[in-house]
Amino acid sequence: MNWQWFHRLSSPKWFYQISGRWLPWIWILSLVLMAAGLYQGLYNSVVDYQQGNTVRIMYLHVPAAFASMMFYVIMAVAAAIGYIWRIKLAHMAAVSAAPVGAAMTFLALLTGALWGKPMWGTWWVWDARLTSELILLFLYLGFMALHQAFEDREVADRAAGVLAMVGIVNVPIIHYSVEWWNTLHQGATISKFEKPSLDPSMLIALLLMIFAVILFCTAIMMYRMRNEVLSREHSKSWVKEVIGL
Amino acid sequence: MLARLLKRELLRHWRCRQDLINPLIFFLITVSLFPLAVAPGSELLSRIGSGVIWVAALLAAMLSLESMYRDDYHDGTLELLLLQSGSPFSVVMAKIISHWLTTGLPLVIMSPLLAVMMQMNSNAIGALMLTLLIGTPVLSLIGSVGMGLTVGLRQGGVLLSLLVLPLYIPILIFGAGAVSRAGMGMEYGGQIAFMGAFLLGSLSLVPIASVAAIKVSLK
Repeated sequence: MNWQWFHRLSSPKWFYQISGRWLPWIWILSLVLMAAGLYQGLYNSVVDYQQGNTVRIMYLHVPAAFASMMFYVIMAVAAAIGYIWRIKLAHMAAVSAAPVGAAMTFLALLTGALWGKPMWGTWWVWDARLTSELILLFLYLGFMALHQAFEDREVADRAAGVLAMVGIVNVPIIHYSVEWWNTLHQGATISKFEKPSLDPSMLIALLLMIFAVILFCTAIMMYRMRNEVLSREHSKSWVKEVIGL
Repeated sequence: MLARLLKRELLRHWRCRQDLINPLIFFLITVSLFPLAVAPGSELLSRIGSGVIWVAALLAAMLSLESMYRDDYHDGTLELLLLQSGSPFSVVMAKIISHWLTTGLPLVIMSPLLAVMMQMNSNAIGALMLTLLIGTPVLSLIGSVGMGLTVGLRQGGVLLSLLVLPLYIPILIFGAGAVSRAGMGMEYGGQIAFMGAFLLGSLSLVPIASVAAIKVSLK
């Protein structure tokens, strides 16, 4: 069997070329979906019978929270691949995913606070989901801080990779212990709004926005990866051609 | 091999005793700041006592992680040990065990004194000692990964806390939770079982991560 295609996947040059061709399409798809999702979410969906128009924060909040967890998994898996098979491109992916994921975590926390103020009457409650999201932000910050601290990029990649792998093992443990802690301390906390059956118009808007935000994050991550490729491979001849030296 | 390495570690710690005493003094001072800052009333103190003592123990254990690898890393001993001992896991385990014996265990022994200062009842004091006895080895284990990653860095201290403290959260939740339940006269066997699970889980997984972390730093 010919394994050439597989090795090509890990080549920074191949990635740079292919991502350059894909990026415009990802952008177009993301923006179209986002426009449709925002229209559906802000104008075309029903108003929640309890929360009124405040419920429309959901169309940014839920996709951000979804992306924040998804990009942590992407980061950890990429770091593990890079660590185990010593693939440089995988490390570049992990390093590029971290700030995107951290930004989405922050956005989820921010929109959650903005949503919580009118609904719960407070910016912040020590609800299990909020707390896990906050800890997720700390884990992202730890990964980025550790990577920044090393001067040698390869050592930084491997060190941060170990941390990401330790982190991904801990994420479920942290999540469940926080959930358990919450039920332990407060009997009846302010629950998230009940959604026994989401109205179809809301569901469509939510799904559109989730896909739009994931594609948006992917596009940003690709930009970061392209930058990483250029700066790490700056002495290669193909990079000199690309940047016109 | 493990016994010989452990003896070496303990001897090394014994020769710089001041480094061992400092975290304990830190533990004592931190806990005694709370009555000064909050209120000396006994009812409030006994309610927050379990959390305060657990957080202080967490910080003391974290601050003492430096002594685990730093000196041996800087004079090259660590590299030689890993090269020559045959099993890097024994080296790491000897360091973790000796760290627990010199930091975790003294914290456990000191905790009843602080619990009395925080006006906790006898039920809670028993639970506090038990949870610290199970919990502090987990702190040493998880801390060894963070320390292994930051040992080669000049400004490792602050970074270490950023890496390690989020990972300490589950053990803090269950440890402090068990003590406050015990203080109210409730059953706390579930929390103890969870902490035991954390201990066994980290005992089996941490050495792998810790060796990987040190190997990265030694590169």
